[in-house]
Amino acid sequence: MEFPEEYKYTEEHEWVLVEDQLVTVGITDFAQDALGDVVFVELPEVGTLLEAGKPFGVVESVKAVSDVYAPVSGEVIEVNEELPDAPETINTSPYEDGWMIKIKISDAAELDDLMDADAYQAFIEEEA
Amino acid sequence: MKKTPLNEVHRELGGRMVEFGGWEMPVQYTGVIEEHLAVRNAAGLFDVSHMGEIEVKGEGALAFIQELTINDASLLVNGQVQYSALCYSHGGVVDDVTLYRFDGDHYLFCVNAANTDKDFAWMEAALEDGGFDDVQLRNRSDDFAQLALQGPAAAAILARLTNTDLTKIAYYHFYEGLVAEVPVIISRTGYTGEDGFELYFAPDCAETIWRSLLETGAGDGLLPIGLGARDTLRLEMKYALYGHELSEEISPLEGGLGWITKLEKPSFIGREALRRQKEGGVPRRLVALTLTEPGVPRADYPVYAGERRVGVVTSGTLSPSLRVGIALALVEPDCAVIGAPLQIGIRSRKVAAVVVKPPFVRK
Repeated sequence: MEFPEEYKYTEEHEWVLVEDQLVTVGITDFAQDALGDVVFVELPEVGTLLEAGKPFGVVESVKAVSDVYAPVSGEVIEVNEELPDAPETINTSPYEDGWMIKIKISDAAELDDLMDADAYQAFIEEEA
Repeated sequence: MKKTPLNEVHRELGGRMVEFGGWEMPVQYTGVIEEHLAVRNAAGLFDVSHMGEIEVKGEGALAFIQELTINDASLLVNGQVQYSALCYSHGGVVDDVTLYRFDGDHYLFCVNAANTDKDFAWMEAALEDGGFDDVQLRNRSDDFAQLALQGPAAAAILARLTNTDLTKIAYYHFYEGLVAEVPVIISRTGYTGEDGFELYFAPDCAETIWRSLLETGAGDGLLPIGLGARDTLRLEMKYALYGHELSEEISPLEGGLGWITKLEKPSFIGREALRRQKEGGVPRRLVALTLTEPGVPRADYPVYAGERRVGVVTSGTLSPSLRVGIALALVEPDCAVIGAPLQIGIRSRKVAAVVVKPPFVRK
């Protein structure tokens, strides 16, 4: 299982890639593996204002429904339009093609609450 | 948590273990969709050793079984299996079962894992109340492991491990033979809609038979299958799952088992309540729904006809074969019409669905 060093992570198993004021968000390899075959994805509309820690979308596998939480507050400026038609991309490429949304961050201090790859790996080992 | 004799083997194969009906069982190995399609297109092997087995023996066996079950067990011949159900006197379902006739004075019920103790206690009480002569009732669940081998390649795979002529075993019939040198009840039954077999044998032989089948079937595309795909396979066929389509609160007439509810039988437990329900109009009907918009229906989601709430989803999934959302739902009778447009409440949305003629997948 992979956890890229350049990403930040949440306790709800989202990853975050920070580029200036813009963050890209998806779910981790651990999350997609735990869910199993992803068959449905629900994403917010561009322009939606998100609050850190609140659900912004839904990922469904054959067996389960799972909320996806905003890692930081801000405005949705782009969503991965291809995901709803190819939800299995989350299984095959969780960190790249399986990205979900891009957020224009409103409070950069919230990034300090996220884990780095080592801390996240320790976190899931503890959870397991 | 109870474990089947194959618990370690499942872990070795990468099975993801979950709790189901008091048992630790594999929900998937490689993935629900891959496993599901293997059964539809090739073959799959399921550990169903959690299922319970209850034996009825004696001169009075048939009379007792006729009182316990809603189907007509007198129609069975030796070596035949019947799908049936046990009902409470109020008409709710104790369990749905398969009944095996070995002989006029020897029968075996195969019952749902989580219901085994409840069923056995209920049968014991019925035996005491009914004043039946010469009936011996035994919970034999610990004496049997059970595997299901299902799929279009199932017969070819099994044929390599047995001298029994499988072409002589018709659907819903069984034969006592040898598989991999082990005495096995070979039953041409299943819960997937595919051709296939359910095999009953001594628990200490489970690993031998499991490994022999997987090995001989590897070239045919045989895969081990978890409970996840077992559920999606049965759902595509509209087969009931106890606790969803059938329960203490759902009668067999509501839950789609009218075809095995033999009200013309002179007597069985629940008959009066079911006769009254049929005469008065069955209040809810089980329907098969296909979504006509993207979405995944799930158990307990509400069902609407426009503004009116008309029922509830009992089971739902994304059909791996059809790639659309499918559901079974209990709805008001006026909505139980093929082609009726209904909606399923999924979170804040109402998603369009249509009542279809089951099964969802035609074989």
